[in-house]
Formats: sequence, C-alpha cells, structure tokens
Amino acid sequence: MKLIIAIIQPYKLEEVKAELYKADVNLITVSEVLGHGRQMGVTEIYRGAKETGNLLRKMRLEIAVNDNFVAPTVKAIIKGAKTGETGDGKIFVLPLEECVRIRTEEKGSSAIG
Amino acid sequence: MINSGDTAWILISSALVLLMTPGLAFFYGGMVRKKNMLSILMQCFIIMCVLSLQWVLFGYSLSFAPAKGFWGGLGWFGLNGVGLEPYADYAATIPHQAFMIFQAMFAIITPALIIGAFAERMKFSAFLVFTLLWATFVYDPLCHWVWGIGGFLRNMGALDFAGGTVVHINAGIAALVTAIVIGRRKNLDSNAPHPHNLPFVVLGTGLLWFGWFGFNAGSALAANGLAVNAFVVTNTAAAAAGLSWALIEWMRNGKPTIFGTASGVVAGLVAITPAAGYVNVISAIIIGLLVSVFCFFAVSVLKPKLGYDDSLDAFGVHCVGGIWGALATGLFASKAVNAAGADGLFFGNPKQLFVQLATVLITIGYTLIVTLIIYKFVDLFIGVRVGEKEELMGLDLTQHREQAYTVLE
Repeated sequence: MKLIIAIIQPYKLEEVKAELYKADVNLITVSEVLGHGRQMGVTEIYRGAKETGNLLRKMRLEIAVNDNFVAPTVKAIIKGAKTGETGDGKIFVLPLEECVRIRTEEKGSSAIG
Repeated sequence: MINSGDTAWILISSALVLLMTPGLAFFYGGMVRKKNMLSILMQCFIIMCVLSLQWVLFGYSLSFAPAKGFWGGLGWFGLNGVGLEPYADYAATIPHQAFMIFQAMFAIITPALIIGAFAERMKFSAFLVFTLLWATFVYDPLCHWVWGIGGFLRNMGALDFAGGTVVHINAGIAALVTAIVIGRRKNLDSNAPHPHNLPFVVLGTGLLWFGWFGFNAGSALAANGLAVNAFVVTNTAAAAAGLSWALIEWMRNGKPTIFGTASGVVAGLVAITPAAGYVNVISAIIIGLLVSVFCFFAVSVLKPKLGYDDSLDAFGVHCVGGIWGALATGLFASKAVNAAGADGLFFGNPKQLFVQLATVLITIGYTLIVTLIIYKFVDLFIGVRVGEKEELMGLDLTQHREQAYTVLE
C-alpha cells in the first residue's frame, strides 16, 4: 500500500480528476494549500505597491492505493497536470503502513479500494 | 417653477438608483467563483466611472436633446444649455440638471446588467471598449426613441414608465447575444460552478430592492401621488415574485432556496418597472406572481436545453422579465391610476397591447443587430475572450493582479 501526495496547479484539478477516473482511481482527498517551488510565487499589486514572492494557491491531492495502482495513478496525475512550465507541481509516493475503513473496521488492502 | 419637494425627491432617487450598481456588483459577485469576484466588482465600478463621464459629455445629449432622427445629436454636448432651470418638456418642476443626473444613473446600471452574461471570461480591456460603444450606439439611441422628445416610440404611444424596454429588455438581449458569441466557460459540464458567496447575493438583492424605489417611484419625476403608486406597486410586485419563485422551487425541487427567492425578487422588480406608473396594486400582484413562472422556466428549462452560457442569467431574468413587464403594461394599464397614461387590454383598449408588442420587437431587433456588430468589432481589434489559462486561473489575478480573499493571513 502506498500513499500518493500530489501538489498541482489549482486550475488543473478538473483534468487530473478526469484522468484519475479514467484510470479507475475514484477515492481522493483534496485540499487547498499555499506554497511555492521554483516558480517563486506570483506578483500582486495593491494600491500600486508590488508584492512579489507571494505564496501560490495549489491543490494537494491525497490518494491511498494498493501497489498495483501506483504506476497508473502517477501516470494519470502527470497526464492531467503537466503543461511543461515551472509550477506544474510534484508527486510524492510514500509507504503506507495501515488503512482502516471506519464503517466496517476492515483493514489493509481491502479497506483501501 | 422649481418645486423644492420634487427636487429633493429626485436627488434622493438619483442616489438610490446609483446604489443599485454596487448592489448589482454584489448580487453578481456572489454568484461567480471566488477567483473572479473582484473582476465583477471592478466591471461594475468602472462603469460608474466611465459612464458618468460619457453621460455628461455627450450621452445625455445623444439621448435627450430634442430631435426627430436616430438620436438627439450633440446640441447639449458637455451639458451646454442644460442648466438649473426646469426643462418643461421632461420635468417642469425640477432643475434640468436634476433630471439629467437621475437619467445618468439609468445609463450606468443598464450596461452593468449585461456583465452577468459574459462573467468569468471577458478581457477587461475589451470589456471597457465594448461597454462604451454599447452605451453610445445602443443605449443612447433607444433611450431617445422611447423617452426623448421626437423619439418615434414615444410618439407611437408606447408606455414604459421607468425603463422596462430601455433598460431591461435592452440589456437582456445584449446579454443573450454576448453569451452566445463569447461561448461557454471552460469545464462547465465536468465541474458546474457554484456561487461562491450566497450571502453576497442576498445583500445585493437587498440593495437592489431598496434602490429600485428610486428607479420606479423617482420616475414620476415629482413627489406626488403617482410616485406613491409606483412605490407601492414596486414593493408589491417584488414581494409576490419572491414568494412565487420560492413556491415554484418548493413544488418542483422539494425545497425553497434563498438564491431562488432573491432571483424572484429581482424578476418582480424588473417586471413592474415599465408598469409602475400605470397599474394598480392587484395588477402588481398578478404581474409579480407570474414573472417568476416565466423566468424560472427561462433559467432552469430553456437555458440548459439551448445550451448557451448566460453565466448569471442576465437574459433569463432581465429580458424575459422585461418582456413580460412590457406586455403586462399593455394588459393592466389603467387611466384610473394615471390619466396621462392609457388603458390596457383588460380595461378596454386592446390597441395598447399591440403598441407594447411592437416596441418590444423593435427593441429586440435593433439591440440584437447592433450588439452583435459592436462585439465583432471589438473582437477583431482587441479579442474579447481571455486565454484558456487565464480563464482557469481566474480574472482577478490575470486581469487585475489582485485577489479577493487570502487563504492565510
């Protein structure tokens, strides 16, 4: 079992979701976060004062999958989120120790999907 | 003779009507996604700036200077000859400039209504040019035809008390045209956008309802019985339409919503606008109850079926409500309310309904064609729609480099 965390451009969320559904990955948690990598933020102007390096809005996806779903999930996220420009984001794949479905108390692989 | 009571009422009414545009900004702003909130507020506020100048420089002259032709001409350019004495053909008891500034507020809110159609995807520069051209070549001539001395619709006997034709049908048709030619927003089907702040929609509706007393009762151009009639029927129609929309939703969807009730109130205010000085309170209830039926049908059945993306239902509420109001005036108008008006069909004068219908059709035809020409012209030189990435990132950041809300402090 792996936990996949992806940071993507907010406006790419719909495309990523569409690709994930196509790859049969339907369970996803999304949150709005702030951050910046090499893109170094955005320039905003307030009453003429330029502010550079503001943190950018990003979407953070968390997807827990069984091992055989890792490659298709990563591929789907890339397909939906990639533009080729800085700021496209990152994907982290982490080992996942345990997963429990609260309703049934199932554990492990069967609890994920 | 200047009457101080009349003058005071028109000045207050002018301020009330001005407040409708910020009200509209919040009414519309609450409906868009949060990444586009400021773009709506900005569009409404820049219209207040640009049209205020256009109006005193040449807009008022084009609309109201006496002339028989296409528009009023430039005789009153820069308010030359528009002074502090009454101009009796428009309003005999208030300074001419009071009438002028009251009309200015109508000229401001009308193009602002169209914003709802192309919200979330129009380039700001293109919007500015489009608005100025539209105000000059669509609003000003139409205003002249209906209200100006020598205007042919005025001479034909069309009844439009406070601007159902000039303001609402006009803006509503322009909304339909622009919504169709600019095209649908991206990802509309995979991710139907939700209003980002319904409390703002309700706040905006409240300001509109409040300001509309200036719009309709002020159109009596005096502090008299006619103004009171307009005030009473305006409130009554808004109330009936808000309740009616809520009940329709309750029956059809299982639950009444505040968004629907607010939409109904605005539809009721639109519908009573041309009729406010000619109908009695029972007619106002009927006009209000029915307008929600027509507008609800337009926004929840017709729009999805035809597939045009009138983002905030500027056509569905203002044009549909406006047409119903104009025709209802031809049905319910009564000389018992206003001797200077006319009787409608239900009071023994079927001819009035045909006059109203002709006015509606002429307005639709003219606005449709000229709006389309202006749109294509602006599109050719500036490009009306923002790029795909800009649309996805939102207009606040890409058009104004500002954001409405912070995520962290």
